[in-house]
Amino acid sequence: MSAPISRDEVAHVANLARLQLTDDELDHFTDQLGAVLEHARDVAALDTSDVPPTAHPYELTNVLRPDEVRPTLDRDEVMAQAPASEDGMFRVPPVLGEAP
Amino acid sequence: MSDTSAATLPNGWEMVIGLEVHCELSTATKLFCGCPNQFGNEPNTNVCPVCLGLPGSLPVVNASAVEYAMRLGRALHCDVHRSVFARKNYFYPDMPKDYQVSQYDLPTNVEGWLELPDGSRVGIERAHIEEDTGKSTHVGGGGRIHEAGYSLVDYNRAGVPLVEIVGKPDLRTAEAARQYVSELRAIILAVDVSDAKMEEGSMRVDANVSVRRPGEPFGTRCEIKNLNSLRSLGRAIDYEARRQIDLLEAGERIIQQTRHWDEADGRTHTLRSKEEAEDYRYFAEPDLVPLDPTEADVAAIDASIPPLPADRRRALADAAGVEPAAAAMCVERDLDGLALVAIEAGAAPDRVLTHIDNNLAVDGADRLAPALFARLVGMETGGELTATQAKTVLADMVETGRSPEEIAAERGFEAMDTGALEGIVDELIAEHSDEWASFCDGNQKVAGFFVGAVMKATKGQADGKAVTALLRQKAEA
Repeated sequence: MSAPISRDEVAHVANLARLQLTDDELDHFTDQLGAVLEHARDVAALDTSDVPPTAHPYELTNVLRPDEVRPTLDRDEVMAQAPASEDGMFRVPPVLGEAP
Repeated sequence: MSDTSAATLPNGWEMVIGLEVHCELSTATKLFCGCPNQFGNEPNTNVCPVCLGLPGSLPVVNASAVEYAMRLGRALHCDVHRSVFARKNYFYPDMPKDYQVSQYDLPTNVEGWLELPDGSRVGIERAHIEEDTGKSTHVGGGGRIHEAGYSLVDYNRAGVPLVEIVGKPDLRTAEAARQYVSELRAIILAVDVSDAKMEEGSMRVDANVSVRRPGEPFGTRCEIKNLNSLRSLGRAIDYEARRQIDLLEAGERIIQQTRHWDEADGRTHTLRSKEEAEDYRYFAEPDLVPLDPTEADVAAIDASIPPLPADRRRALADAAGVEPAAAAMCVERDLDGLALVAIEAGAAPDRVLTHIDNNLAVDGADRLAPALFARLVGMETGGELTATQAKTVLADMVETGRSPEEIAAERGFEAMDTGALEGIVDELIAEHSDEWASFCDGNQKVAGFFVGAVMKATKGQADGKAVTALLRQKAEA
């Protein structure tokens, strides 16, 4: 059986999560994630064709709240948490293009 | 598939358009927290730990948002299903959590359709619930987004409930795309779930455009953003299709990418390439449980839906004996009720529709009393008023609410009896014997001279058609 996850795949996932990993860390996490995925393979070996997919561990649905306004936070308090702010807004580095 | 498929592209190319429309729901609060859902407040005043993504905060779904989403879905003839929220992961400062809560493989509404005024149907793939993002303002570098010095973020909009309506690639012309958006907007307004203003961003349209030869598989598509009006939508689609055709005819290929419409230069510009595979790592949102409406819930939603524009067009068209497209303007102006009552009261349907289409695009038209409107049309078809007089009386009715009889009498719009009209015509013939001789020789241009003179002599009360007929009758006598 092939390795559950390749070193390149780990590098790709790390890149998506904005993690900078050293070569040693890449090897290390490839092994660790591989062990986790090995366990998933054990589960995948079971016949689950009659089992509906689980969306949530609790058997709850339709947990809703009434559409009523609640108090908001004080803006000065919010801005005090931010690394940088300007005119009541969060100041962030420039971003290329638009949101996805 | 839309019928509005006038071949406007060169060399037999066909465009294929699919639209994604985001619609902000007009709930009192946000989707997952009790912050006010309000446009135009001071930045970052409608925020709390949930919509700021602070550690330890947990979302709870707004019941009204779910109800609104289902109402819109059912108005689009969708099936409502058990649905599961999912996290869409990406790094962009418009979402403080670094993910947006949306729905992925199990959306609330699936497989619907919308009917255009010409009766054609456009498929709806899905209409799912998701949260809106914050608003970034780009500062420095001349204000253009790709040269920005830094960005300022306001999270008042972050977490506002949205429904994203994903249409099937059934549209074939820019005009059909415009009609689709107009119709969708009319439906959204009818079910009262949003104010749906493109200019203010409460309704946002992205267009997927590709070109192909008819019958061939779909070509590579580009997604166009920044379409803030119906005009932009139409222009951007036409521009983009021609850009793609030029590339293909030059032997190049289309790269799948997101493009930004620039209203000022009338072009689309590359925003980012999609070749680096979008990888949002969707997974089920562990902080929320599924939505699973019962059949009774859906039935209650269905019962709350008012007649939709397509139904109203058909009802009026049936009453007036015309095609639904001919009733479109009345419904768009919300005057189909007026038309129906007037027609039922005996007014001539063609005159009713013509007056509404041509003369009632004015404020206050909705207050016009149908019975008075029907009487006005009756006076016109009965020959008591000319078309021009009827138009004048109608404008006065809208302004003052008075009866057509009163206005006509006050303005001296009384039917010219044929005898009086004949007397005036005879006098004119006697005064202008040369012109009359010319008319009798077949010079039609002189007819205008006589009609004008009669109108002047009668202060506009004569019916132009009746005068022309009388002149012909006399010339042939």
